[in-house]
Amino acid sequence: MILGIDVGGTHTDAVLIDGGKIIKKTKVPTNHDRLLASLLAATNGIVDKATIPLLKRIVLSTTISTNAIVQNKIDRVGLLVASGPGLSPESISAYPDIRFLSGSINHRGSEMEPLNREEADREVTDFLSEGIKNIGIVGKFSTRNPRHEFELRDIVGNRACHVTLGHRMSGHLNFPRRVATTFLNEAICNLYQRFAGSVADFALKQGMNIPIYILKADGGAMELARSLEFPAQTILSGPAASVMGIMATTNSREDAIALDIGGTTTDISIFADGVPLLEPFGVAIEGRKTLIRGLRTRSIGIGGDSVVALNDGNIQIGPNREGPAAALGGQFPTPTDAMIVLGLTRIGDPQKAIHSLIPLAEYLHCDLQETARMIFTETCRQIASAAFQFLNEINNKPVYTIEALLTDRKIAPRSLYVVGGPAEQMAPEIERLLETEFDVCNCQTHIPVNYEIANAIGAALARTTAELTILADTERGILTIAEDGSQVAIPANFTLADTIQVCCERLREKIRLTDDFVREPEIEVIESQEFNIVDDFCTAGKNIRVKTQVKPGSVGECK
Amino acid sequence: MATKKLKKTGLIFFPAFDWAISPTHPEREERLLYTQDQVFEEGILDFDNIYEYKPQIATAEDINRAHICVPDALSVVTESHLISAGGAITAARKVLTGEVDNAFALVRPPGHHAMLVVHGARGFCNVNIEAIMIEYIRSHYGHKRIAVVDTDCHHGDGTQDIYWNDPDTLCISLHQDGRTLYPGTGFINDFGGPNALGATINVPLPPETADEGYLTVIDRLVLPILDEFKPDIVINSAGQDNHYSDPLTNMWVSAQGYATLNARLAPDIAVLEGGYSIERALPYTNAGIILAMAGLDYSHVREPDYNPDKLRQHASVTRTIAEEIEQVLRLWSSRRNMKRNLVGDARCLRRNKNIYYDTDGIRERQTETVRICDDCGGTVTIESFASTGNNILAVILPSRCCPECRAEGEESYGRSKLGKYNHIYFQDRTTGIFLSK
Repeated sequence: MILGIDVGGTHTDAVLIDGGKIIKKTKVPTNHDRLLASLLAATNGIVDKATIPLLKRIVLSTTISTNAIVQNKIDRVGLLVASGPGLSPESISAYPDIRFLSGSINHRGSEMEPLNREEADREVTDFLSEGIKNIGIVGKFSTRNPRHEFELRDIVGNRACHVTLGHRMSGHLNFPRRVATTFLNEAICNLYQRFAGSVADFALKQGMNIPIYILKADGGAMELARSLEFPAQTILSGPAASVMGIMATTNSREDAIALDIGGTTTDISIFADGVPLLEPFGVAIEGRKTLIRGLRTRSIGIGGDSVVALNDGNIQIGPNREGPAAALGGQFPTPTDAMIVLGLTRIGDPQKAIHSLIPLAEYLHCDLQETARMIFTETCRQIASAAFQFLNEINNKPVYTIEALLTDRKIAPRSLYVVGGPAEQMAPEIERLLETEFDVCNCQTHIPVNYEIANAIGAALARTTAELTILADTERGILTIAEDGSQVAIPANFTLADTIQVCCERLREKIRLTDDFVREPEIEVIESQEFNIVDDFCTAGKNIRVKTQVKPGSVGECK
Repeated sequence: MATKKLKKTGLIFFPAFDWAISPTHPEREERLLYTQDQVFEEGILDFDNIYEYKPQIATAEDINRAHICVPDALSVVTESHLISAGGAITAARKVLTGEVDNAFALVRPPGHHAMLVVHGARGFCNVNIEAIMIEYIRSHYGHKRIAVVDTDCHHGDGTQDIYWNDPDTLCISLHQDGRTLYPGTGFINDFGGPNALGATINVPLPPETADEGYLTVIDRLVLPILDEFKPDIVINSAGQDNHYSDPLTNMWVSAQGYATLNARLAPDIAVLEGGYSIERALPYTNAGIILAMAGLDYSHVREPDYNPDKLRQHASVTRTIAEEIEQVLRLWSSRRNMKRNLVGDARCLRRNKNIYYDTDGIRERQTETVRICDDCGGTVTIESFASTGNNILAVILPSRCCPECRAEGEESYGRSKLGKYNHIYFQDRTTGIFLSK
């Protein structure tokens, strides 16, 4: 039995799943000031003394990290940054407490300029005197050689209450994003640790002595204990839960488009062979681009409650929401009101819906039905158009080898999954528009069952995901594992196959250590390249790059 | 340095990680590997004004607008050449449609040593990616006046050859003196064909020319000439082998020098050419050029081993450059009076060339005849005999071809017969028609 809980902005949903079947489900309002009370209320509804001993796993998704960042309720973070030559430090200066240090590492991981320890020590002392106790340490190319980050950590010693090292955040190269990720990780770490501590206490008091997992932005689960080091990974896990819910409830292996149509926004995601796509580098939050591995979603300001207005004589949908639909007591006409007028849905007061559309109809010289039809079609068209554009962008992403360019696989959606309030009413129209106006053909609509608790299902069934990046440089005789900063000596005849083997083994260990459910993780090699290092026209060694991952997936399907 | 006005910059980055001439050849798989590392690590692709595009794949039709390939276009190239030329075309398309303000095709293999007639590869080049791009622009976006500023350390002899007789394509090449470096050409007196005098400009620079020397030539020679020529589009053949660490050349230019040069020249399109210091130079020069094109601050881009004291240009080099600038400008200002002396009463002018394809080991003997014309570049006829056994005749009508040149060219192709030639070609740069027999 698995217990899945989604702590959303409005509701907290919980679901109990056994052998792929939903045993019980519940929905309670979220109390933001007392999240644990919400958890308790949701859990009490579906588990009792008899079921608790049968539970094997609890998975939670939470908005606590996201909300802290969005509402700027974060701690001060002292950033120690060794930026080296390149982009101007000014371009990453949008942090209140950032200090640039000397010292640099190059693209191959060689030290080009040593750290200045006195300078670093002065900056740390300065931070402490200002009362800053959270420190982020980031070096350019630190995933190629984390030495400077380690040295700086030793200089900080136990003077700070918490330290994040940049290279631990991701194996990807991208210095400004590494700074942003490190910053966010430190900024929410105290808050998150308090939350995680309470969750653990709560489970213990309930007699749930089982592994607890937290959903990450990439739709994978992470053990609660491990998440303490990586709180930033839990941001944006709400949309991830929704996408994973669609994946678990449809169990498709096809290319697909998924739409989650809410009141204010519609979230779009794309599946390749049934697996949701990930952001190439990482997700963005509040305008900060990060290295946090996350599902590739796009949000547009169109939903059932979007304000409908006239702009230059044309109907404009959204992007604002000003309360509920007119039929439900709102002040402005919305797509929901149009659907009520068209008889597509029966909620609220139809008279209020009609009343709200009258001024628009008069201006457009159309009858009410026609006006409602135009609003409805325009809403669906904008959603279809955004989905098409998103798909197009993904299909045109750059590649860097001739083989990849010539054999480029395009995503051709066969299914359109639609969830959210107006899903049933809008899906057929969106499918029609995709085919007639955007040439996305043979894409069949599906409305997943149980979509009102898709997020909780998605959380419940998410499996552990991870990524590992290795650079083996046989000229220098060093193999570097980017994400944990470890370096080992390798012989000159170390090969690409050897590197792939090490990368797979290390990732397997990492997954096994943290997830009892996954005995044989499906490891995928997502990058494997080998280059000659040539010195004076002679081959001096090899530069080998390997990246492996366990992609997002479900521990079982759900019907 | 304060940030200048931001520009929308298109980047076509295609490192072709699976293609090399040979495993230890300078033109090999990892040539742009460390450049990719630097570009990714600096987060350059995250700037809102930088747009990355996938290269399109050039076609035989695209190549046939710019070259006479023997026996045909697809026999002299591999997929990598089609992608690299396609990358340059994509860069041009994004600029010409106004999607971006400028674009940089960071692609390989390079192309500026590939001449009009192609029997094989020379100087690591099979086809001329800038010329293919220029002819694509003219066939899709109408006739344009185009200037190519070639800042590769080697003379851009291929581009010069293709546009030798075209008065609407200005080819300026800045390069290390041909007496000291491959391909051994590109002297000041090489000034263009009889109908296009001044449309070819060569500035051979002495070894150990540093940032200062290059920037002086840009400021005092290139920019004033561009001002007079008034091109619709400026293209930079951005070879990066003037770098002080390049293994094949003897110049002293730094990443700062490259970025500053780019900022002053402000090309609409830049296309990567040579540059073989793959670890010590390319990551920094390319990052500098991208930032400069996008109007971003490049003042902190420098090589880890950069030492300005070691790269201070000698006074003798500065003097030589100043004299050369004077000579070229004198020639440029008298370009309109040169034709009469050169041509006299002749109806056509002929030149003989011996071309060596160093990469493929082919020798070619060529006779090029151009019709003297005051209205267009003049119809060109080429007879070419290669050591491969291929003997060919080619008739080339210029862009903006006048009726007389057209009549003569069409008549000449019409009456030509195979026999002593294996192939006969007809290329019309005005209509894009390409025929062969």
